[in-house]
Amino acid sequence: MSHHFDLIIIGAGPAGLAAAIYASRAAIKTLVIDESSAGGQVKTTHQVANYPGFIEPVSGHQLASNMKKQAEKYGTKFELAAEITDLNLVGAEKWVKADGETYTAKQIIISTGSSPRLLNVPGEKEFKGGGISYCATCDGEFYTGKDIVVVGGGNSAMEESLLLLQFVNSITVIHQFDALQAEKVTAEKMIQNPKVNILWSHEPRGFEKNGERMIITAENLKTKEMVTIERDGVFIFVGMLPNVDALKNTPLEFSKYGYIVTNENMETNIEGVYAAGDVRDKKYRQIATAVGDGTVASLEVIRKM
Amino acid sequence: MLQTNLEHVTSKEHLQQIIESNEKVAVCCGRMGPMCIPVYEVFEVFGEKYPDIKFMDMEFDNPEAAVIRSLPECSTFRGLPFTVYYRNGKVVKATTSIQNAKQIKEVIEEVLS
Ligand SMILES: Cc1cc2nc3c(=O)[nH]c(=O)nc-3n(C[C@H](O)[C@H](O)[C@H](O)COP(=O)(O)OP(=O)(O)OC[C@H]3O[C@@H](n4cnc5c(N)ncnc54)[C@H](O)[C@@H]3O)c2cc1C
Repeated sequence: MSHHFDLIIIGAGPAGLAAAIYASRAAIKTLVIDESSAGGQVKTTHQVANYPGFIEPVSGHQLASNMKKQAEKYGTKFELAAEITDLNLVGAEKWVKADGETYTAKQIIISTGSSPRLLNVPGEKEFKGGGISYCATCDGEFYTGKDIVVVGGGNSAMEESLLLLQFVNSITVIHQFDALQAEKVTAEKMIQNPKVNILWSHEPRGFEKNGERMIITAENLKTKEMVTIERDGVFIFVGMLPNVDALKNTPLEFSKYGYIVTNENMETNIEGVYAAGDVRDKKYRQIATAVGDGTVASLEVIRKM
Repeated sequence: MLQTNLEHVTSKEHLQQIIESNEKVAVCCGRMGPMCIPVYEVFEVFGEKYPDIKFMDMEFDNPEAAVIRSLPECSTFRGLPFTVYYRNGKVVKATTSIQNAKQIKEVIEEVLS
């Protein structure tokens, strides 16, 4: 079946929800499609302390839920947990197919955000939750008194590692460079900790299991030599990637890192198609900047309609 | 207490009563953390899309959650949440760690359709 809207927003994170609030308040018939629930990365952020308007830190879950309810209050329709199987961004009438339904609109805002990057090496998917984790607060206690590997050397990797040190016996950090990318204070705390050992200039090449333990194969990037280490678990924190898989076969212009290129009005290279939030090629990725992008994109849509 | 809109499983007896009186049940046992919240929320959406399945959650730190934590199907799990699917009172599938809507849909099609 086909359903017509004035505006389709793909992605219900803060960028998409801000855009939806503005558009719906301007009586634009708006649909938000998300492959998950509404809220994006914010709904899973424990506490947000830097979003204006909240004197005390607000739970990300609460903030996301409020944004969605605000959009709903003004009439935004949601199609959640819906998988986009095909879409056409070109021409006056654009369409999106999701879960067997077709949705058409003249304007589309893409706000699909970003997700934690996977290593994409053998064993990573198979052992997720059974030796491989992506969240220290969630899974750290399963490794109390154990020896683990942390992959990554940026801020989030080191901050999560400091948290893991409250539980584990030791951490071996596998890092692709020969210096940590994290802020100096955090990096120093890790380097000075006697429970921490760092494998510099190494990258994991695969994970296997030996009973309860994980076997990690890593390559020394300088000598090309492979090393194998055995630990109880692996935590992976290697940055974020834009969510653009569903858009790969469209004529959208992407930056060399895979983000969508826009002008300051959030217009992409395709007429009637906008990008907002973390998926856009820009310097700062925060809730406030995503909300700002969503607002600008929506105001452009309103102006053109 | 979990801050979700799902019905919460509160005890072993409660779970027993639910799986005896519903053919298809899915329980997500976790905390209010970044790996668990997306699963609860997909469950909330799927509650409307699959009215024949009862989607529930359970607090991982409730001692009564041993009914899930100590299932043989969960014995190797080291990632929250533990999500267990029941059919006719029996465990038919269990998954560990975060799952997206597509993965949950695949499990439903595999064991609860
Ligand atoms: C752990 C963590 C803590 C953070 N803390 C803060 C903080 O304290 N303050 C701050 O300002 N920022 C913080 N950020 C950054 C902030 O959350 C992001 O910048 C912001 O959420 C970006 O919003 P967005 O709407 O662009 O994208 P997202 O929040 O990523 O939302 C994108 C949405 O698009 C959906 N989507 C993706 N692909 C598709 C598809 N193919 N089809 C349909 N839907 C799709 C996703 O399911 C998601 O709901 C944090 C991020 C993380 C990971």
